[in-house]
Amino acid sequence: MTAPIVQLVSSRFQYPDSFTLARSEATGGYQGLRKALTMTPTAVHDEVKAATLLGRGGAGFPAGVKWGFTPPGVWPRYLVVNGDESEPGTYKDRLLMERDPHQLIEGCLIACYAAGLSQCFLYIRGEMALAQTRVAVALNDAYAAGYVGRNVLGSNFSVDIVLHWGAGAYIVGEETALIESLEGNRGMPRLKPPFFPAAIGLYGKPTIVNNVETLSNLGGIIVRGSEEYKQYGSETSPGTRMFAVSGHVRRPGVYEVQHGVTTFRELLYDDQFCGGIRDGNQLKAFIPGGGSSPWFFEEQLDLPLEARPVGGAGSMLGSGAIVVMDDTTDAVKACLRVVRFYARESCGKCTPCREGTSWLETILQRIFDGHGRPSDIDMLLDVGDNISPGPYPAASWEAEGLAAVPFPPKQTTICPLGPSAVAPVVSAIRRFRPEFEAKIRRRAIGIPVRVEESTHV
Amino acid sequence: MSRLTPQNEAIALEIISRYPRKKSALIPLLHLAQEQDGYVSDDAMRHLAELVEVTPAEVIGTCSFYEMFKREPVGTYLVNICTNIACQLLGAEELLHHAEHALGIKAGNTTSDGLFTIEDVECIAACTEAPCLTVNYRYFYKVDGGDFDAIVEDLRSGRQPTRKAAETGPDGHIPPHGTLALQRQHIPADRVAGNADPDSAPAPAWLEQP
Ligand SMILES: Cc1cc2nc3c(=O)[nH]c(=O)nc-3n(C[C@H](O)[C@H](O)[C@H](O)COP(=O)(O)O)c2cc1C
Ligand code: SF4
Ligand code: FES
Repeated sequence: MTAPIVQLVSSRFQYPDSFTLARSEATGGYQGLRKALTMTPTAVHDEVKAATLLGRGGAGFPAGVKWGFTPPGVWPRYLVVNGDESEPGTYKDRLLMERDPHQLIEGCLIACYAAGLSQCFLYIRGEMALAQTRVAVALNDAYAAGYVGRNVLGSNFSVDIVLHWGAGAYIVGEETALIESLEGNRGMPRLKPPFFPAAIGLYGKPTIVNNVETLSNLGGIIVRGSEEYKQYGSETSPGTRMFAVSGHVRRPGVYEVQHGVTTFRELLYDDQFCGGIRDGNQLKAFIPGGGSSPWFFEEQLDLPLEARPVGGAGSMLGSGAIVVMDDTTDAVKACLRVVRFYARESCGKCTPCREGTSWLETILQRIFDGHGRPSDIDMLLDVGDNISPGPYPAASWEAEGLAAVPFPPKQTTICPLGPSAVAPVVSAIRRFRPEFEAKIRRRAIGIPVRVEESTHV
Repeated sequence: MSRLTPQNEAIALEIISRYPRKKSALIPLLHLAQEQDGYVSDDAMRHLAELVEVTPAEVIGTCSFYEMFKREPVGTYLVNICTNIACQLLGAEELLHHAEHALGIKAGNTTSDGLFTIEDVECIAACTEAPCLTVNYRYFYKVDGGDFDAIVEDLRSGRQPTRKAAETGPDGHIPPHGTLALQRQHIPADRVAGNADPDSAPAPAWLEQP
């Protein structure tokens, strides 16, 4: 039985004016903030901890626990909101910012109140003009109504929320690169460990970085209380999560489903969600958690949408982005396209990623173009091994006697972007090696290349 | 081209005032320069360096890292076609080829009348509406060749495109390249809490002190 649909963060999407202060207030907006202000900051923090609110940005770290990592007595502390959504396949933070900016603002306020954060920077991806407009208007209205700024609702809680916007660079979504970018620099990640942003972040001060969807949950958690919140979802992954399902399904869309209990199969095949594969085709593979996640197949469909089992099975839920490929998909072409993304977006700070991702793209491109060499498949795996040494996370394939390699991958790089480029390579070669071999055998393509053979990627 | 106009300089100063350190305002200010001139000129970057008190080299260092900043003029309409995986699976490359043929330019180039630039871009967070594109960062969903032609035709003849336009401005208006948000944040003087100075901010007043 599919768990019933509950809408905790997308509840206002049904209204055409969902983004206005009037609609927000008419439907319970800022009630979480009002309630929080009647509680002590510690009590609010404890409530969020008890709710086990897992981060929705990619890593899935519990927000309440992260807030506790700031060193005591070091001031100020900052909140940086990660609205840089750009992981391939991911589409939910933009919706939350465009359609319900007040819910996000309320979440920012609750986080600042509970964790003692003195200023908030709300970083929206540069390309998202409408989200920037909606959040700007919402902030102006919320300031005027007394929800944000000096002495919030007459209390001694004062905090500014500053709208900030980026300029096109995927890597800036990584939290330390986000901080660099917010300092006005090139968005290149900082080495961590030893220091995480919660200890040394923006301007060298303790900084909490949270994702838009994570923060959008806070108002509801405080209004309902953690006990009621935990009635939804599973014990270790309570609440709901937004999943964008794209590609070859009959009804692609962004669905809010109960976290941890709904399965991939339900989400992909149930009529209330995606309704199955298009045109009656068969599933070939799916990307379960954004471009950076190793691919899953038919065998993994019954896994719940929950971090731990998905990690054990060799991939990650990541950013809630599922890309479905049917049996008409060219595995080499799909792999090349995802790899090209990482090659383009590598910030260039470390060698294995800067050079390795470009080599992966070059080799895949020549295989795809029909000029591959027999040694190329091993070379791809070897380049991958330089970025991410040892067995790379992968799904099990019982028919071939292949066991799962659990997530996460190892890395020789500063941040996980480099290893992300290896995910499609290892996934596609492990499962569809004959497709690579067939393209390499076909390499008798002559010069000049006929137009229909030089398929552009 | 030019330094910021006095009007834009006033906006720049307001933006700068919201950050504890001036350099943090750099990316929003580069956008402001691009909104003014359609691209980021060398003179504008020198002006921004003065405003945020860094060297011009630091400004260009930041500017050159980010894809949205154009350091030479582009078309009035920047058409960004996503070809990343979800869109590729549903025909984005075919759409890109169609666009290239229809406008007679390869991705990355501008038509000779200066109206259109096409770019082959990465995921724009509309994956469930594939294939999709943006025109000056306004979204169009589930676009096919015919839709593309209609959009181009409308823009060429000075009409606002209605076909497949999702969430443009209030009047469906597509502003010229460089304009992002149609409204800016303003913090009223009587409501501002004030910047948290990294060097001297005290403990938050609302925390229970032990
Ligand atoms: C290459 C890379 C890109 C990332 N992009 C994003 C992003 O666009 N949005 C986001 O919220 N988190 C992104 N993350 C994760 C952030 O580093 C960080 O974990 C997250 O924002 C924390 O918020 P959460 O704990 O609320 O999930 C990215 C991480 C990496 C390594
Ligand atoms: S892994 Fe890649 S993106 Fe990350 S810091 Fe190194 S070069 Fe930059
Ligand atoms: S893949 Fe095209 S919008 Fe995400």
